[in-house]
Amino acid sequence: MRELLAQAWAIAAKDLLLEFRSRTAFLSALVFTALVLAIFNFARDPTAVSAVDLAPSVLWITFSFAGVFGLNRAFALEKENRAIDGLLLSPASRTALYLGKTAANLVLVGAVEAIALPLFALFFNVPLLDVLGPLVLVIALATIGFVAVGTLMSSMAVNTRFGEMLLLVLVLPFLVTPVSAGAEMTAKMFALRPFAEWAPWLKLLIAYDITFVVLCTLVFEFTLEE
Amino acid sequence: MTAIPTAERALKRSGIWMAIGLLLVAAVYVRALAFTPEEATQGLAQKIFYVHAPSAWVAFLAFGVVGICSAIYLFVKDPRLDLLAASSAEVGTVFTTVVLVTGPIWGKTIWGAWWTWDARLTSTLFLYFIYLAYLVLRSAVEEPGRRGRYSAVLGILGALLVPFIHVSVYLFRTLHPMPVVLRPGKPELPGSMLLTLLSSFAVFTVFYVALLARRYAWARLVDARAQREADRADASR
Repeated sequence: MRELLAQAWAIAAKDLLLEFRSRTAFLSALVFTALVLAIFNFARDPTAVSAVDLAPSVLWITFSFAGVFGLNRAFALEKENRAIDGLLLSPASRTALYLGKTAANLVLVGAVEAIALPLFALFFNVPLLDVLGPLVLVIALATIGFVAVGTLMSSMAVNTRFGEMLLLVLVLPFLVTPVSAGAEMTAKMFALRPFAEWAPWLKLLIAYDITFVVLCTLVFEFTLEE
Repeated sequence: MTAIPTAERALKRSGIWMAIGLLLVAAVYVRALAFTPEEATQGLAQKIFYVHAPSAWVAFLAFGVVGICSAIYLFVKDPRLDLLAASSAEVGTVFTTVVLVTGPIWGKTIWGAWWTWDARLTSTLFLYFIYLAYLVLRSAVEEPGRRGRYSAVLGILGALLVPFIHVSVYLFRTLHPMPVVLRPGKPELPGSMLLTLLSSFAVFTVFYVALLARRYAWARLVDARAQREADRADASR
């Protein structure tokens, strides 16, 4: 177990170091997210719909775009010069490879979200500080769910024709549960509803995370060459 | 070299199943339209129920078959299971299309809206999206072994996603008619309607099996012919 985590960490650290040196994926995901947030402001009628009613949907649509946007990077990186062969020949297990890739994606998406969240509060004028703790928890849970599925799918999509387009078709259906749970809970939080009202959504989201993290870890090896 | 005649015979046999399935479907409609009483409040619109509900059952059953075949395929790597899952996905897509077309026709008459974001409508719509993603993924991978593994992975994940989507949407308020057969207590439907409904479920299941058998036999034949071409190419080299 410790060895598995050490190997996963080594792979995640390698990916993050590569990303830290170029910062291409991170910066483009960040600018993209800021752009989506800004464009939403022009896509609504401020006299008809108040910002705080629209805010939860905007937040979750933006985050899901941001999440999917960076996913392609993880395995496209290894495809160049067939670097994936090197990883498969290394003593690291395939489970460690999946966990490492997922962890690196989580850090990247998390970093984008950490910057986008204050920006969202600024643009949409929502009382962020009152609900910060629970909101961060919900964002973290939802992000874990869709990054786990997305990392698995990107490992397949990278080996197909039109992989980037296909990745969206594969991942978006899996976003329904995390995004709808996230948006519902966010709306209830902003409306200052009691916890009991959004507890069922939280349970659903946790069940989703457990199911798909376990399942994706188990089936990941089948997406690699034998 | 016996693969091709065997596959051809299987394809012919599946034609018999198709004929039986089609006859049964026709018989159930004669019963539904002529020998089943009209529903008191919904009138003729309710007749669509005998197409809609059994198609929905088959749509979900077919994806269940995809999920199970996919899971076993990953362990035994038998290409026949992959072909069976792919055939079931194609047939399931057709039935899901029927559900999504007949539902709004009924909804417009009874609810006054073509579409609502209710639990069952949404889970069926997303079932459709997963079916389409599955078929697109298959078309995007050339090499059969890899295509089998990839689509099996998606098949398993998709089969588990459907209940999650259902619960997600169920937490919103639902408009869809509540179950009338499989519910606590006695079925709510009057006897003759219940009989028509249950026979339409049985008939649609038979029809699904017939279509599945035919699609599968055809896929086997295509494979056998491709194998023969490959063998000939090898021999002439």
